[in-house]
Amino acid sequence: MKTVRIGAGAGFAGDRIDPAVDLARDGRLKYLVFECLAERTIALAQLAKRQGSSSGFDPLLRTRMEAVLPFCRSNRTRIITNMGAANPQGAVRETILLARSLGLFGLCVAWVTGDDVLHLLPGHTSGDPREELVSANAYLGIEPIRECLRKGADVVITGRVADPSLFLAPMVHEFGWSLDDWQRLGQGTAVGHLLECAGQLTGGYFADPGYKDVAGLDRLGFPIAEIDESGAAILTKLIGSGGALSVRNCKEQILYEVQDPSRYLTPDVTADFTTIQFAQDGPNKVLVSGAGGRERPTSLKVSTGFHTGFVAEGQISYAGPGALPRARLARQILENRLHWIAVGDLRMDFIGIDSMHGAMLSQLACEPYEVRLRAAGRFVEKCDAHRLTQEIESLYVNGPAGGGGAVTSVRENIAMDAVLIPRRSVAPEIGLEVA
Amino acid sequence: MKLREIAHARAGDKGNIVNISVIAYNQENYALLEEHVTAERVSQLFASLIARPAERFCVPGLGALNFVLHRPPSESVTRSLALDGHGKTLAFVLLNLEIGLADSAG
Repeated sequence: MKTVRIGAGAGFAGDRIDPAVDLARDGRLKYLVFECLAERTIALAQLAKRQGSSSGFDPLLRTRMEAVLPFCRSNRTRIITNMGAANPQGAVRETILLARSLGLFGLCVAWVTGDDVLHLLPGHTSGDPREELVSANAYLGIEPIRECLRKGADVVITGRVADPSLFLAPMVHEFGWSLDDWQRLGQGTAVGHLLECAGQLTGGYFADPGYKDVAGLDRLGFPIAEIDESGAAILTKLIGSGGALSVRNCKEQILYEVQDPSRYLTPDVTADFTTIQFAQDGPNKVLVSGAGGRERPTSLKVSTGFHTGFVAEGQISYAGPGALPRARLARQILENRLHWIAVGDLRMDFIGIDSMHGAMLSQLACEPYEVRLRAAGRFVEKCDAHRLTQEIESLYVNGPAGGGGAVTSVRENIAMDAVLIPRRSVAPEIGLEVA
Repeated sequence: MKLREIAHARAGDKGNIVNISVIAYNQENYALLEEHVTAERVSQLFASLIARPAERFCVPGLGALNFVLHRPPSESVTRSLALDGHGKTLAFVLLNLEIGLADSAG
């Protein structure tokens, strides 16, 4: 029976490079997929592009491509990625230039656009008049990627596409599944969802010493799925790589970022994960089957980005006897000096005490040896953001005894919301270039 | 006994929503999860962080429960001023839940 091997080369924009190189070299892959586009990344890229300070595509595009392209070429492995971010065509040009410099003439690189729907949302607001809409990207599905593969693309570069669709598209292309074969699309989407965070399936975001031990996280291997024409797959990783792939990892990851497991919505299908089955089929080898599907949603999700101004943050530490009372004194000083910031726009925590879960949930058994005071605030004006960081720094000289290790930062903030739009109003486009 | 002795968990996020899956180490303990880790108890546990009661989805085939927590709109990943804006550390709040059984049940 025909099978297709798909590997996950990245699970987020900043992911490790070497696991993908190992997969490209030794994975015997037909496809290598890089998922690098978080919700906010595309809005930040849009903003940077508008300000002329960036090309709008993933800043690691060249590094990743340079590391894997020669292996992918010699192993006839095709690449699919959303590293195009706010500029897939620019990313294709960059890849073409790189391919030529590597001597990879004839490499066919395709782009997918049409996810940018900002022009369809005139006057759309977040409800807060201080916030400005800067980006709106629809989640595209498998169809434009499949079209690129049909036209012979060796590399497909997209902007916003639903993460599982990056993996489902090559399955549909290889097996010729119908676009209303909801059961297979549901099962294929389950496999894509398991792979999309790469190392989170093979032991990352999992280890809990004494409860769930994982060896070799320093050389974590990324996952491979070997899929058959029913959509069932063997999930595995390279022999000798670190990490562990067990039914337990799979159960955690299939429910990751899921609300109702019987209705997982993508542009391609309404997937049902409640009937899924996992079976250990050897060391680091899990068989997955049984997910279902129903008709796809009539609307597409659009991720909207709003410029919300600036976020300033600062931290300073106190240690040894009386650390906590001194940190509390510092907080009191800050509160008095930052009283001009609106309630709700300023937050203070004690790192090591209550910064993760708040005072209600944080129980302190004894006095801590050290405490780190953290203050964070949101501001319309950048100069006001700097007033917060100056107050943190002045605690060295004007605050309690023994304050040390102050760090501060100010960043522009983009907040993401979501809206739905009719599917028919979105028109994906593709194009190909040859190196 | 703490929930951590019989189950593992993972937190995920979408906007101001955090989901936490709770999965029995052994399938035979799934019924204990259903009985003791109710939407009411989880809503109480996270009362200081959520804007409305937690939802619970049961997936007996996986020996798993999936909880959906709705935080206030200001507490989304991209709007929150919190250090852990995602809520990635929240799974361990749930695993710390006392489920009122003798330690031998694990």
